[in-house]
Amino acid sequence: MSDTPAIELRNINKSFGPVHANRDIDLVVKKGSIHGIVGENGAGKSTLMSILYGFYQADKGDVLVDGRKAHIGDSKTAISLGIGMVHQHFMLVDNFTVLENVILGAEGGPLLAGGVSKARQELKRLEDDYGLKVGVDELIEDLPVGLQQRVEILKALFRGAEILILDEPTGVLTPAEADHLFRILQVLKDEGKTVLLITHKLREIMAVTDTVSVMRRGEMVATRKTSETSMAELAELMVGRSVLLRVDKKPAHPKETVLDVSHLTVTDSRGVQVVKDVSFNVRAGEIVGIAGVSGNGQSELLETLAGIRKATSGKVTIEGATIDLAETHVDPAMMRDWNLGHVPEDRHRMGLVTGFAEYENAILGYHNDPTYSKGFLLDIPKIRDAAREEIEKYDIRPPDCLLKTANFSGGNQQKIVLAREMERDPTVLLVGQPTRGVDIGAIEFIHKRLIEMRDAGKGVLLVSVELDEIRGLADRVLVMFDGKIVGERSPETDESELGLLMAGAHGENA
Amino acid sequence: MSSGQLPRWVDFGLIPVLNLIAAFLVSGLVVLLIGENPLEAVRILLWGSLGFGEGVGFTLFYATNFIFTGLAVAVAFHAGLFNIGGEGQAYIGGLGVAWACLALDHYVPWWVTMPFALAGAAIMGAAWAFIPAWLQAKRGSHVVITTIMFNFIAAALMNYLLVNIMVKPGSMQPETRTFEAGGKLPFLKEFVPGIDFGTAPVNLALIIALLASVAVWLIVWRTRLGYEIRAFGANATAAVYAGISPVRVIVITMLISGGLAGMMAINEIMGSQHRLLLEFVTGYGFVGIAVALMGRAHPVGIVLAAILFGMLYQGGAELSFEKPAITRDMIIVIQGLVILFAGALEHMFRPALIQFFTYSRSPAEQAG
Amino acid sequence: MFDALILILDSTVRLSTPLLLACLAGLYSERSGVVDIGLEGKMLGAAFGAGAVGYVTGNAWLGLLAGIAVAIALALVHGFASITNRGNQIVSGVAINFLAAGLTALLGQTWFRQGGRTPPLPQGGRFGDITLPYAEQARDIPVVGEIYYELLSGHNILVYVAFLAVPVTWWILFRTRFGLRLRAVGENPAAVDTAGISVVWLRYRAVIACGILTGIAGSYLSIAQSSGFIKDMTAGKGFIALAALIFAKWRPANAMFACLLFGFLDAVAIRLQGQKIPGIGEVPVQFFQALPYILTVILLAGFIGKAIPPKASGIPYLKERT
Repeated sequence: MSDTPAIELRNINKSFGPVHANRDIDLVVKKGSIHGIVGENGAGKSTLMSILYGFYQADKGDVLVDGRKAHIGDSKTAISLGIGMVHQHFMLVDNFTVLENVILGAEGGPLLAGGVSKARQELKRLEDDYGLKVGVDELIEDLPVGLQQRVEILKALFRGAEILILDEPTGVLTPAEADHLFRILQVLKDEGKTVLLITHKLREIMAVTDTVSVMRRGEMVATRKTSETSMAELAELMVGRSVLLRVDKKPAHPKETVLDVSHLTVTDSRGVQVVKDVSFNVRAGEIVGIAGVSGNGQSELLETLAGIRKATSGKVTIEGATIDLAETHVDPAMMRDWNLGHVPEDRHRMGLVTGFAEYENAILGYHNDPTYSKGFLLDIPKIRDAAREEIEKYDIRPPDCLLKTANFSGGNQQKIVLAREMERDPTVLLVGQPTRGVDIGAIEFIHKRLIEMRDAGKGVLLVSVELDEIRGLADRVLVMFDGKIVGERSPETDESELGLLMAGAHGENA
Repeated sequence: MSSGQLPRWVDFGLIPVLNLIAAFLVSGLVVLLIGENPLEAVRILLWGSLGFGEGVGFTLFYATNFIFTGLAVAVAFHAGLFNIGGEGQAYIGGLGVAWACLALDHYVPWWVTMPFALAGAAIMGAAWAFIPAWLQAKRGSHVVITTIMFNFIAAALMNYLLVNIMVKPGSMQPETRTFEAGGKLPFLKEFVPGIDFGTAPVNLALIIALLASVAVWLIVWRTRLGYEIRAFGANATAAVYAGISPVRVIVITMLISGGLAGMMAINEIMGSQHRLLLEFVTGYGFVGIAVALMGRAHPVGIVLAAILFGMLYQGGAELSFEKPAITRDMIIVIQGLVILFAGALEHMFRPALIQFFTYSRSPAEQAG
Repeated sequence: MFDALILILDSTVRLSTPLLLACLAGLYSERSGVVDIGLEGKMLGAAFGAGAVGYVTGNAWLGLLAGIAVAIALALVHGFASITNRGNQIVSGVAINFLAAGLTALLGQTWFRQGGRTPPLPQGGRFGDITLPYAEQARDIPVVGEIYYELLSGHNILVYVAFLAVPVTWWILFRTRFGLRLRAVGENPAAVDTAGISVVWLRYRAVIACGILTGIAGSYLSIAQSSGFIKDMTAGKGFIALAALIFAKWRPANAMFACLLFGFLDAVAIRLQGQKIPGIGEVPVQFFQALPYILTVILLAGFIGKAIPPKASGIPYLKERT
């Protein structure tokens, strides 16, 4: 194996308008290695990889592939240089078969007939060589995500990729699927391929990579041999200073039950049961955390309790009233009337109308509250005053309630949502991924607020995929796997035990 | 590349003006192509639409139609819906007006008939929008396509009714009898002393249109319903999270939109023609799309854009009279070009402008 | 009774032809993700171009070429607006319909001074009917021969082109590289882009294909079915074709059946005008005119199957920012 690096980046710069997404990036990727790139959301990893794949062009800097300077103007050039990419959101045509997806762009001639039979053989070979079994004639929409991802890998290999970039590949996978993926990556490496693994999960970096580079705020801050570093060091490099994982809090003093969920089952639009016979309760003055790998039913559970999704069966008791969710028509407005606040997982998609001015978002969901109306018109001065109060109390910056919400940073947007939901003094607060894509300063602020809520005697149900967050905030931890609650633990429980539960190994047997 | 990168005055002022200039430049080329002098044409057009009382009267008369259809499209825009059925809704709205006028004109003065005619126009227009709205809300059938289909169904229905049912007995013309005084809106010149609009049929409906503009502004920006409409249009998922019912918003918005389109018939049927006849809408519904786009879906912009299109209509008519080579079809060409440049190509100048304004700003400002 | 049926079917074929051509045109465009409500305008423009050049040159083929050229030009305007400038495709379609309606009438008047129509075509300016081999001999054979002579034979060449375009379109769509990419770009343009294929060029080709077919459709109206262009001669056919495309769920063979059905309704309406049907009475002609749209709305409502458009249709493609 020669010493020429598979990929070398020199002084790469890329800006989107005022945002400097990549600044003076240097990177050397050894041939035949698995090279990890870690960084928080928004650190610039995906932008960098998109430059490498020709999706964006760098404003400045050089890309060298196999020691030769390359101008990668489009994906076609990247492919011809032997670079393949598995995108975070799969680039597949849902109503095409696996075969059709694989040959798209590499059909082998103007007519399909010849290319198809050759492709069939080649796919067979690739499936066998790399352990990438998928049915060639299956429709993509019928395949689970794990298999769809394999199709993406097959696509790259079919095009003769020597360098494979995977962007956050495990976000959508179950632990078992992720393990399988890592085995495939190992095989690829053994076959002499180079793998670039983009992730924000340190565990994965430690498990499979040979080398790891850390990005922070658009810059490449360090490169280490994986065997010579630790998760603690990487975490510190990622965020720029030691993270306070422990949240300062006193023991909880839970009182009466404020939310009781019994035998809740939810079926999604495809007819798949996503929440299966779930029962639990939340008491006043405690934070109940729901841990789990994303996609195990937590989101649907939260949305059902908030009245957004319909349940197939199950009852909820809130403020002493019991509602049969299958029989009663509930909607989010109704749940708000029962003093249930909801900070949704995805503030952009759900929690805010980003095109609205800040003050308009400050009443989203509460716009029918008579306080904000004067006759049949909205009382705009009053709404703005309320918004200004929240801005001050939650230190939302810039302090301008007329500013378009899209122009606030992620952390401040999250504070807008939080302020809106908390200031209504709910009995129960549902919180999903409160600190996703939020800067460190805001994280501490948000955590403190949640603890204050608890100490004020409210019940908080917290869903997060960040195990550390759950362990730091929650007083009780429920673990969800495959739509079921598979165990309840104290937050002091060993991380590996919780991890096993999240991976579906039942606590009782493990 | 959305707004926000450009100063507001560029977004809402400069870009529409540039688009309009581009449309008029190409129109000028068309005039050249048929061997006439574009500058001369512009002169006649301006004079014809604004140069004398009757011209102004006609301009305002046409503008009245465009205000209604423009508002109709704009209201739907705010909910993220594209109602291109204004044509059919206005046509059916004519039925409501005609029924009220035919039933009452013998017995009562116009000001008693008017509220019934107005309600009839709005209700019939809204009714014609209801089925597409309901299908969109409940079955997910795209409102763009269904409203197109309903335009044609409306045309067939009106054709049938006017030829077979409502036709004046003994007449070969597919139209109703002419309304009596109790079914005629007064012309503006009758109650605004000192203004000479000549024979122009500009009438009370203009005032109604302006009131409707104010009402639309209030509804969209100042009521809970408007809040729900805008929230749903900007982010449907967030709207559901906020407890806003998509079905309710879609249906109510389309009813308002269809009602506004239907009210256009007041101006044509009760204000000017004084009888129900075939094809009185002739494109006003479609031009409403251009009016709404140019007016940035805001009532003030819509009124201005409507006056502009009114000038085109009236000035164009004058132009075809003065220069027979430039037939009235030229107006349709100009409308097409305005819709193209102000609507479909609205972003054409944006990248260049963004570059211009980014580089002309001081570095300190960029850092902030 | 049989003769009457044959006659209705014969005129069904003639009336379906422009619908079918326009419908297939829309299929190429919409399968690529570009919604086209400007079929009507492109047909009208083509009809004028063909009528004008057919009259001036006296050559139907040159007329056809001119018709196609006009339609492609309008299609490129639509492409420029909706692909390059990522503008609203519906608005662009409306603009094209206006432009075509205005320009054809205006230029027609300027050039020919006959109130917007083109003068009657000279000999050779129009596509004549073709008699298929042995049609004369076969006409006396009962049923089969009559069908061959009356129904299959005796149409102009564009009719055969239209019906031949159905299997050809199917073959292109499902058996060629272009077709595979076309279907992919209408479903997920990002997948096409990351596979190293230019989304823009692919969609432009689809839009040009749409131009060619609407060009033939429009030419058929002015230099095959009639002898010259008349103002607004498309009279909503482009929209019926659009309805047929939805009714056909964007599939070529279905498109043919949908257009035949809509053409049949038209033929029946003409035939039944003023006549009483036993037991029902006189059915108003307007009912038949509205029926294609009513049927399409019912289909769209999902009461008879579900019409699901290509997933990316109507959405301009923009590389997403991270």
